[in-house]
Amino acid sequence: MIKIFKYLTPKDWAIIGASLIFIIAQVWLDLKLPDYMTEITMLVQTPGSAMRDVYIAGGYMILCTLGSLIAAIIVGFFAARVGTSFSQRLRSLLFNKVESFSMEEINRFSTSSLITRSTNDIIQIQMLLVLALQLVIKAPIMATWAITKIAGKGFEWSMATGIAVIVILVLVTFLIAFVIPKFKKMQALIDDVTRVTRENLTGLRVVRAYNAEEYQKTKFETANKALTDAQMFTNRAMATMMPVLMATLNVLSLAIYWIGAYLIEAAQAIDKLIVFSNMVVFSMYAMQVIISFIMVVIIFIMLPRASVSAKRINEVLDTNPSIVDGKEAAGKPDLVGEVTFNNVSFKYPDAADYVLDDITFTAKQGETLAFIGSTGSGKSTLINLIPRLFDATKGEVLVDGVNVKDYKLEALYSKIGYVPQKAVLFKGTVESNVAYGDNRSDDDLSIDEVKKAIQIAQGTDFVEKMQDSYSAAITQGGTNVSGGQKQRLAIARAICRKPEIYIFDDSFSALDYKTDRALRSKLKQETAGVTSIIVAQRIGTIMDADQILVLDQGKIVGKGNHKELLNSCSVYREIAMSQLSEEELDDE
Amino acid sequence: MMSKQTPKTRNRQFADRMNGPPGMGSNEKAKNFKKTWSQLLRYCKSYLPVILTALILASLSAVFVVIGPDKIKDMTNEIQNGLPALINGVPIVGAIDMSIIISIGTMLIFLYAGSAIFGLIESYIMATITAKISKNMRSDISRKINKIPFKYFDKTSYGDVISRVTNDVDAIGQTLNQSLDQLVRAITLFAGSMIMMLITNWIMALTAIGASVIGFVLMIAIMSKSQKYFAEQQQGLGNINGHIEEIYSGHNIVKAYNGGKNAKKTFEHFNHSLYDSGWKSQFLSGLMMPLMMFIGNFGYVAVCVVGAILAMNGTIPFAVIIAFMIYIRLFTQPLTQMAQSMQQLQRTAAASERVFEFLAEEELTDESQKLQKLENIQGNVEFKHVHFGYEPDKPVINDFSAKIDAGQKIAIVGPTGAGKTTIVNLLMRFYEIDNGEICIDNTPTYQVTRENVHEQFCMVLQDTWLFEGTIKENIIYSKQGITDEEVITVCKTVGIHHFIRTLPNGYNTILNDQTNLSAGQKQLLTIARAMIQNAPLLILDEATSSVDTRTEKIVQEAMDKLTHGRTSFVIAHRLSTIRNADMILVMKDGDIIENGNHTELLKKGGFYAELYNSQFEQHDQ
Repeated sequence: MIKIFKYLTPKDWAIIGASLIFIIAQVWLDLKLPDYMTEITMLVQTPGSAMRDVYIAGGYMILCTLGSLIAAIIVGFFAARVGTSFSQRLRSLLFNKVESFSMEEINRFSTSSLITRSTNDIIQIQMLLVLALQLVIKAPIMATWAITKIAGKGFEWSMATGIAVIVILVLVTFLIAFVIPKFKKMQALIDDVTRVTRENLTGLRVVRAYNAEEYQKTKFETANKALTDAQMFTNRAMATMMPVLMATLNVLSLAIYWIGAYLIEAAQAIDKLIVFSNMVVFSMYAMQVIISFIMVVIIFIMLPRASVSAKRINEVLDTNPSIVDGKEAAGKPDLVGEVTFNNVSFKYPDAADYVLDDITFTAKQGETLAFIGSTGSGKSTLINLIPRLFDATKGEVLVDGVNVKDYKLEALYSKIGYVPQKAVLFKGTVESNVAYGDNRSDDDLSIDEVKKAIQIAQGTDFVEKMQDSYSAAITQGGTNVSGGQKQRLAIARAICRKPEIYIFDDSFSALDYKTDRALRSKLKQETAGVTSIIVAQRIGTIMDADQILVLDQGKIVGKGNHKELLNSCSVYREIAMSQLSEEELDDE
Repeated sequence: MMSKQTPKTRNRQFADRMNGPPGMGSNEKAKNFKKTWSQLLRYCKSYLPVILTALILASLSAVFVVIGPDKIKDMTNEIQNGLPALINGVPIVGAIDMSIIISIGTMLIFLYAGSAIFGLIESYIMATITAKISKNMRSDISRKINKIPFKYFDKTSYGDVISRVTNDVDAIGQTLNQSLDQLVRAITLFAGSMIMMLITNWIMALTAIGASVIGFVLMIAIMSKSQKYFAEQQQGLGNINGHIEEIYSGHNIVKAYNGGKNAKKTFEHFNHSLYDSGWKSQFLSGLMMPLMMFIGNFGYVAVCVVGAILAMNGTIPFAVIIAFMIYIRLFTQPLTQMAQSMQQLQRTAAASERVFEFLAEEELTDESQKLQKLENIQGNVEFKHVHFGYEPDKPVINDFSAKIDAGQKIAIVGPTGAGKTTIVNLLMRFYEIDNGEICIDNTPTYQVTRENVHEQFCMVLQDTWLFEGTIKENIIYSKQGITDEEVITVCKTVGIHHFIRTLPNGYNTILNDQTNLSAGQKQLLTIARAMIQNAPLLILDEATSSVDTRTEKIVQEAMDKLTHGRTSFVIAHRLSTIRNADMILVMKDGDIIENGNHTELLKKGGFYAELYNSQFEQHDQ
């Protein structure tokens, strides 16, 4: 929790320091009020006092309240500024950190968890900080100052106040010890209820087809009961807080007067009046002390949640990206568009087995190289090594004759047109999605080039049918276009980049066979000289590749063109047979 | 297994947390406050007497507190008797009658103790009741999910329903727990202390009320101004969350296209405007507390000064000032509480509205009257002049008739979105047909209960639905009286027994986020589940499309074993797998446009032939 505050700037600390002065001023003014009250009490109780003096004391009191309000407003202003600018800075740090991560770190945290950390967790910290700046600093100052003010005025009264404070502390300790942990557990119970509900919803057809409504109900009731029991406990425990606090406050003020009666009775005639006014004032100060403690309690209740958030944020900020920039800005000019793997092996950190084992191949400029293999054979992992979404564990990956690790990332990326398995679209327009990133960096990128790219990607038809065609709005995640349309726009984005190397990671899967074929032949025509590296499930998509590599459990088990592999590679033949009939294979 | 929140739920939770300062509640408003509340009261009917008791206790607890200052005043009066006073110009020191002090003190102790005990009982009751009401609501929603026609889920997202079970019910529980009794207590305190003040001394009462009113006018003015910034802040949060979500989930593309710089620029822009509106709303909401303090203090000063003047005039005894110093606290405090609880009640209404909306959705028709049952059927299925449309004015199936003999294999093909699943929906009575009938062994399916129809089918879907539980539980699912041997036999048949044995706990391995099953293995488990059902009819809805072609072969073999001896309906997008079907239904744009077997359809040279050929056509060159 404390660690996160190292991200406060000196300016923040200066503002916090300044607000400290105003907090002290505020406390001083607040505690001044009872002093004037003493004066008024004395005036009232002393026969023959001048009315004017009461007005003067009253006037000072008004000034004190106003002053205290102004001081509080200033402190509030500082707190709001520091709190929000702190959260702005944290959010920015976090965002930049995540941007620097490789897929390895992203996967380790999971995207959804990173999102929560950048949004909710930061808000938690902000709320705590703002409140803390106003209360945590003020409460102890107020409490100690008030205590020193009343300390000498009567041991018995101080005792009573002390007892009240102890009652509150015991109550709070109880709540913190027994209830707060329950609150933490509650989240897991809510997750259970959510999970069972989600299960039921996503499996609605299965649930009904198997007449499993009762089964689901029993399951839900188990989760529901666990949650209700926990809620019942926390609700009830928290319910004790208010009545006990109120009773403590009430009994304390009663006790002060009650004790006062004895003290006055025991005092000398001369002192009686002083004791009386002390009593009136003491009751006011005692309230301030108690209220200060209650404020600290509020913070303590908020603290556990915020500290969990702080921990989660620190975790991200303390993680260093495993993939760092190299120095090379360009590849070897005579090896443009060439991709080479030399004995590359890859395993995920902490994993026992290698996903890829000793992969070696070269794709020359303009060649089409395809990978095929069953799910989990390592195809996607393999091509993710080229744009350095991961780094090879052993061996080297060369692009244009230079190890990818030696490139400046930006230089490497600008050589590659990468289309992932799951097409990604951003909120914006068709055009902004195709002319994405540094596709746009050369300012002369004209709409014609975007149109051309979309045309090659077989998207002209549907784009021009959309309202506003090329300027048609795309919603977040591209939910307003179909899967096939998304893929075509993602492919157009890669084409628009005019790269040296295309990487298609199963990017044609949502296209029907006709479009798939048309797209690939057009691509070959229009972008000759660009190396293509394709991963696919369908034999039809890769049949005409110059070189096909068959992967099985991370190893290359076959290399060659379609015809050669049909004869030589049993895994390939098996895949082919499952998709094409004997006659069609013979047709070849 | 599926724990990802939808963006929608996330944003909602977010909004709940961020709406305004702590205690300000949310800006969410119900469309119809009154109607929803009367619905809510009706829903809590059986608890109403208890709730009412609790509210009376809350009110009594407050009354006791209000009486307090009056007694303190009496006590102070008595204490004052012990002070030196000038009577006829002669200073006289009186004595305090300790017995009076003791009796007043004891009485007050009882009052405060009573107030605390009543308060405790009341809070306890409310805590218990609200937890129970929340539980009932969750149960009701969950039960409702399985009673609503599929139609409903065509237009509603799962996230929306889930958020009703969790967020909305939670909001109701919390607000109900805090708002009702707090409102009652606050009103009692407010009215009670006002009455007590007026009785004690009307001049000072008016002073106290006047001072508070000035303060509150000020506060309302500031708060209404801050609404604008809260709205802006919400907007800003929405923008930045959307952007973060988008960039994080498209990380690979952002990197590979060097889009980071632009993303950062947009982010910083959003982040800065959020800071702008954020600190303003944070600051304005932070003003609440100092302002409340100020109102309290201001009232306190006013009471002290006016009281002092009156005391010096001899109009009131000093003790009245003491009493008013406490009254002013009792009087100003409930005002904010009332404002808070009104907002809470609004939130309760908003959340309840969403819950009741869902509970009021039309349910599937009651079928308890249907006594006819399908038993030991052969598996003959006949479609007779079936008409159907998802929306009344848009028919998708027009007058479809077909006769299927027991044991035949029927394939349904067509491009994505052609409505292949419609046939399944109608067979299973997930949707009701508009006209005509579907018969199983000559019994129209509408004459028997839905459960009875479901019993006749095993079903394997594209979406391999597994839940968090052991492998065995997933396979047996809701079927009764299945022995372990039967589960093992089935798993051996589909060829997954060996794999299951390699898992750490075999059949008792719990499937969850951590277990890594391949798509093929998941599919095999659902096939095993279908086999355990052992029903005479079979539906395979794109059961192999999420696995690669090699795994598909294994799954296909398992499915062939499953189709053996059963009338089966197979939906497939790979045409090679269904060429041997006895009948192929070709669908396009929701309509069945061709039917017949493979050879017939190819000969016809229609849509099927085109579809089939395009799959295997060689490249142009």
